[in-house]
Amino acid sequence: MILSLLGEALAAMAANRLRTFLTALGILIGVAAVVLMVAIGQGTQKQVGDSIASMGSNLLIVRSGAPNKGGVHGGSGNMPTLTVMDAQAIGQLARAALVAPTVMGSVQLVYGPNNWNTTATGTSADYLNIRSWQLAAGRGFTESEAMSGVRVALIGQEVANQLFGDDNPLGKSIRVQRTPFTVIGLLDAKGQSMGGQNQDDMIIVPLATAQRQLFGSQFQGTVSMVMIQARSPEDMSPLEKSIRELLRQRHHLGVRADDDFRITNMTEVSETASQVTGMLSILLGAIASISLFVGGIGIMNIMMVSVTERTREIGIRMAIGASRRDILLQFLLESVIITMAGGIAGIAVGIGLALGVTRVFDVWTAVTAMPVLLAFGVSVAVGIFFGLYPARKASLMRPIDALRYQG
Amino acid sequence: MSELLALHDLGKDYDTDAGPVSVLKHLTLGINEGEFVAIMGPSGSGKSTLMNILGCLDVPTSGSYVLDGRDVGVLGDVDLARVRSEVIGFVFQGFNLLPRATLVANVALPLVYQRIGRGIRNARAATMLERVGLKDWLNSLPPRISGGQQQRVAIARALVTEPRLILADEPTGNLDTRTGREIMQLFQRINHDSGMTMVVVTHDHNVASFASRLVYLLDGRIHYDGPVDDFREEGLA
Ligand SMILES: Nc1ncnc2c1ncn2[C@@H]1O[C@H](COP(=O)(O)OP(=O)(O)O)[C@@H](O)[C@H]1O
Ligand SMILES: [Mg+2]
Repeated sequence: MILSLLGEALAAMAANRLRTFLTALGILIGVAAVVLMVAIGQGTQKQVGDSIASMGSNLLIVRSGAPNKGGVHGGSGNMPTLTVMDAQAIGQLARAALVAPTVMGSVQLVYGPNNWNTTATGTSADYLNIRSWQLAAGRGFTESEAMSGVRVALIGQEVANQLFGDDNPLGKSIRVQRTPFTVIGLLDAKGQSMGGQNQDDMIIVPLATAQRQLFGSQFQGTVSMVMIQARSPEDMSPLEKSIRELLRQRHHLGVRADDDFRITNMTEVSETASQVTGMLSILLGAIASISLFVGGIGIMNIMMVSVTERTREIGIRMAIGASRRDILLQFLLESVIITMAGGIAGIAVGIGLALGVTRVFDVWTAVTAMPVLLAFGVSVAVGIFFGLYPARKASLMRPIDALRYQG
Repeated sequence: MSELLALHDLGKDYDTDAGPVSVLKHLTLGINEGEFVAIMGPSGSGKSTLMNILGCLDVPTSGSYVLDGRDVGVLGDVDLARVRSEVIGFVFQGFNLLPRATLVANVALPLVYQRIGRGIRNARAATMLERVGLKDWLNSLPPRISGGQQQRVAIARALVTEPRLILADEPTGNLDTRTGREIMQLFQRINHDSGMTMVVVTHDHNVASFASRLVYLLDGRIHYDGPVDDFREEGLA
């Protein structure tokens, strides 16, 4: 019995192709918009969160130079004020677990006929631990190697590709600024940093080697930044305070003098960032909800326009033997099929657009079940309500009144 | 002959802006199985109102209507729908076909509500369309065929369930005289062949002459009820 009514529902949909299409389209657009917008919002959220997390957990970063004040950069910004000794002193603090003083600079690499410009990071053995960065092959350098100036290098995936192609880079000798280094490790792929740099396009060398043999700095023993991992999330704020006191004391800064260094608490950065991206998600979702709403109004209009025609149709059906239940069931089937089809197509189109956006505009997208189901549920409910409402009204009329209905 | 339907002291009021208007007044009428009854009367005399009540499309305000042994006045929605589905075939002046459904689909529609499978439905609809002379138009749409043909489709739709009672409210009203005659001949043949009870409203005496019995309504009351041939319209309407 439900099968014959299903047949009637399908026949009615086929007989009114334009109405069927417009209804499904209204739902499709609403659902697709929500899926796409929320995917963009959540993708951005995830991208920012991931790149912050990829820097390491419980991370404090100390840089040379005064903090920004009133938009004016501190005067000593270009003069390195942090030293390896500072880093070692920080390492003595109880709440500090790992410390990695780093220097960075551009270098040219040569291997055989290939050469490649990249960034070299000179740092301590703890650097990889702080950043939870694994090696794809080979080994890292030890703390004594880091301080002794031995010429070994860890290379990123991009560098390995450029210099070695498919060959095994381990044990090979490459020239860094004309100085021969032995490749002892290959870094795992890490992807983009928050600033949009490719973190796989770099090499890591011992701190002392970088200072003495690559960047022959006029400020011996200085570093551009120190990364510190606190023992636990609770240690972050107290550690930040202790580091500030320690460095002010070591740099002999008077009570009135500004800091000549900047401390960034990455946990705070990540919280702020997730707040901002969360807002973005909500905003995009709200914009998409408007299109869902507009789609709903469109559906309502289409259904209302066809009420006269359909009321007569219902009158005819009742006159030749349909009961109220038959009518309602047929219209329910019709509405469910149309809105479901529109909703499923909307999800597919939304996901397709999200993938397209990721491909074409390099914007991250993430599709999660919740907003998809919510948009689907809302639009299907709207479609079914407005599909069933006129039918319910007509089925409550006497057949003769439905037959005579003039809108 | 057994009685198929009986009206007793039946009344119908319509609520209008000027208060309730009594359209049918104290109607008592019985129709036997196999009869061919014509209902006549001037415009506004209550013919359509009576037919709609007979067809269970509307309900009386007072009195009783017994159809096929059942008091229709006490039936609920589902039972009324079943009566319309199984006992009655209705033919309207304006055809009332579904414009976007093929002729077969239109004729098969009453069988949908009898829970009859699609294959049997379409076969019976096709047979019925053939009987009313439309076997070449099975998959056409109603707007593509003439008024006379549309009324034949409507008749096929009324017949397809093999009902006990065919009700036709001015079935020839929208047709020219010749086509009207053909439709009435069709009704007469069906009545003759299958013994199906026919009640046909018309205001054309020539059309009424196809029936055997005539009921003449005047202002909501039965003015004449007897053989068609004995009725003289002079001085009326
Ligand atoms: N739905 C209605 N509401 C109010 N008055 C109606 C309605 N239907 C019919 N009438 C009135 O009832 C009377 C009888 O109508 P009807 O049964 O259609 O007459 P007939 O078919 O004999 O021409 C007319 O005066 C008509 O105006
Ligand atoms: Mg009438």
